[in-house]
Amino acid sequence: MRAMAGKTLYDKIWDAHLVAEQDGEAILYIDLHLIHEVTTPQAFAGLRANRRKVRRPDRTLAVADHNIPTEGQGRGVAAVADEEARLQLATLERNVADNGIEFFPMGDVRNGIVHVVGPEQGRTQPGMTIVCGDSHTSTHGAFGALAHGIGTSEVEHVLATQTLRQKKARNLRVVIEGTPAPGVGAKDFALAVIGEIGTAGGTGYVIEYAGDAVRALSMEGRMTLCNLTIEGGARAGLVAPDETTFDYLRGRPAAPKGGAWDIALASWKALFSDPDAVFDREVRIDASAIAPLVTWGTSPEDVIPVTGVAPSPEAFPSPDKRAAVVRALEYMGLEAGQPIASAKVDVVFIGSCTNSRIEDLRTAADIVRGRSVAPGVRAMVVPGSGLVKAQAEEEGLDEVFRAAGFDWREPGCSMCLGMNPDRLAPGERCASTSNRNFEGRQGRGGRTHLMSPAMAAAAALAGHIADVRDYLR
Amino acid sequence: MKAFTRLDARAAPLPMANIDTDQIIPKQFLKTVEREGLSQGLFYDLRFDGDGRARPDFVLNRPEYAGAGVLVTGDNFGCGSSREHAPWALMDFGITCVIASSFADIFYNNCFQNGLLPVVLKPDEVQALTGECLGGNHMVSVDLEAQTVTSPSGKVFAFEIDGSRKTKMLNGLDAIGETLSAAADIDAWEAGRTLTHPWLERA
Repeated sequence: MRAMAGKTLYDKIWDAHLVAEQDGEAILYIDLHLIHEVTTPQAFAGLRANRRKVRRPDRTLAVADHNIPTEGQGRGVAAVADEEARLQLATLERNVADNGIEFFPMGDVRNGIVHVVGPEQGRTQPGMTIVCGDSHTSTHGAFGALAHGIGTSEVEHVLATQTLRQKKARNLRVVIEGTPAPGVGAKDFALAVIGEIGTAGGTGYVIEYAGDAVRALSMEGRMTLCNLTIEGGARAGLVAPDETTFDYLRGRPAAPKGGAWDIALASWKALFSDPDAVFDREVRIDASAIAPLVTWGTSPEDVIPVTGVAPSPEAFPSPDKRAAVVRALEYMGLEAGQPIASAKVDVVFIGSCTNSRIEDLRTAADIVRGRSVAPGVRAMVVPGSGLVKAQAEEEGLDEVFRAAGFDWREPGCSMCLGMNPDRLAPGERCASTSNRNFEGRQGRGGRTHLMSPAMAAAAALAGHIADVRDYLR
Repeated sequence: MKAFTRLDARAAPLPMANIDTDQIIPKQFLKTVEREGLSQGLFYDLRFDGDGRARPDFVLNRPEYAGAGVLVTGDNFGCGSSREHAPWALMDFGITCVIASSFADIFYNNCFQNGLLPVVLKPDEVQALTGECLGGNHMVSVDLEAQTVTSPSGKVFAFEIDGSRKTKMLNGLDAIGETLSAAADIDAWEAGRTLTHPWLERA
C-alpha cells in the first residue's frame, strides 16, 4: 500500500537527486557544497594524493569561520596569533585558489558563519541538496533544501564526484501549532522538540517541520529551528518553502533573476509533502504551551522552563540516566531542586549559526535598549556575518549593545565552540544562544546554558538566568 | 581505507551514554591539517586533569586495559559535531572497534570511511559485555564476516550491519573510486539537470 501513497518533501528531493544505485547505496547528486577551514584540509590532501580534481568548483563555496579571531580581522590571516589556526586558514586559501573555488576570506564583508552566509548570498535555495563538513548544515533545511553535515572523507567524495553515497532515512513530521506567548520564539520551539524526543530521538530520520506556528516563523526563525535538528539526532530538518521563503530569496546576489526567477519559482512551488504522504512517525507540539526554555545540564535534551528547577536524579527511571544527571549537576555546579533562574552567570554569548542573524540581534537589542549589563558579567555579541554586522550597525544596534556594556565583535563561530580565543574559563557559567551545552564545549570546565537571544539578553541584564517575560516592554 | 575483518583485542568499558564528539576529541585538537597524531587528544578531558596529568582511574589509563583495541560504551555514542577527527583519534590510539547500544548518525557514517567498525548490540548485551570487561579478563573477539562479538567468557553476540558497508569494510574499498566508476551516470544526470534547472548554472 505504501507505494500508492503520496510523497513527502524529503522523498521528492531525494528522488530528484538520485543519480544511480550501486551495491544497495544511492548516489545522490549534491547541488551545493559549503566548505570551511577545519574539516577540509585532509580532504584536499586526499584529492592531491590520488591525483583527483574538484569536479564542480562552481557548486562549492568556501568561508573561514570556525577558528578565526573576532577582532582585528582586517589585518588578515598573517596576523592571526594562533599558529595552528593560521596554518589551517592559509591551507584553505591555497586549496580554494588551486581549485578555482569561490571564497570569502576573513575580513571580507561577505564572510561569516557558513550557515549564515549561504542563505544570505542566495546560494541556499529550495529543493537543493546541500552538504558541508559541519553538523549544523541542517540549518539550510529552512528553505526546503535537503541539507546535512558530513565528515571529511565525504567532503573529499563530494569534491571529487559532486555526489554522496547515501542510505535513505525515514520521515518524521513535527507539527507545531498554536500561537506562542510573547517572549517565546523559534529557539524555544527547537528546545521543546529536543526536550520531547530526546537527543537521539531523531536518529535515522529526516524531520519535516509543519503547522501554523512554523508557517508563521520568519526565515531566521526557521533557520534556528532547522539548525537544532541535529541536536535531536536527525540529520536534516525541512520546512516546505512558501511566500516567506521566496520573499527572503528575491534579490539576493546568487538568487535567479528575471525570467530565470519565474522558472525557479514554478519549480519551488511544487516542493511540499503531498496531502496523502505517509510519515513514519509524527510528533505534535502545542506552541501556546511553551514557556521560555533553558538547558540545565550537559545535553541539549536537558531542557526546562525558565521557571523550573534543576532536576533530581531520583526523578529518572533508568540507572544510566540517573548517573548522567548526577554527573551533569556536579559539572554544572547546580543542586537538585535549585530554581534555574537563581543561577548567576559570568558570561553572555549572543551569536553562533543558531542565533546570530539580524532578527536575533534585533530581538536581543529590544530587551537591552536603555538598560545595563549587570556588574561582573562579560557580555558579547558576535554577528553571524560581515553583512549582518553592517546591517545591525546601520540600524544602530551596535550602539544599543555597546551602551549597555556588551562587547560588539567581528563575525565567526567564536564562543559556540571556542576554537578561537573566545572561550570560557573553568567554572564560568554562560548564558548562550548557541547549540551545544556539552562538557567543555565553550572551554574546558565551562558551564553552558542554551537559550534564545532574548533570554540571553535578559540574563546579561539580571546577572543570572532570568525570565525574559519580566523584561518585555 | 584499512580493511577490517577480525579483531582479537582487549576491550575497555566506558559505560556512559551520549558521549559526544567534543569529549572524544576536544576543539583544540581540530586545528591540525593532518589525519595522524590525534591520539594525544582522544578523550582528553576524561584522560587528563587540568594540569595535563593522567587521571589514574580513567579506563584507558589503567594498565590492565593498555593496548585496548575495542571500546564498549553506552547509547548515542558520537553525538554532536561531524568532525571526522573523532574516528581518526580513536584509530590513532589503536581502537578499531566501538561497541555501543546506539550511535549518532554522522559519527557512525564516518567510522565506515576509515575502517573503524561500529557494532550495535542490544542494551542488555552491552551491559553484559561491559560487566565482563570490568572483570579480570578483557579479551574479546570481533568477527565482521560472521557478524559476531565473542565476550571474554565465550558468550557470542550477533550484530546487524548493512551489506554494502560490510563489503567495503572487509575489503577496505575506496568509496570515491567506486563512485567514479559511475562517472558516466553523473555526467548524464548533470546534463539533464541543466535543462530542468537552468538557473542553477552559474556563469
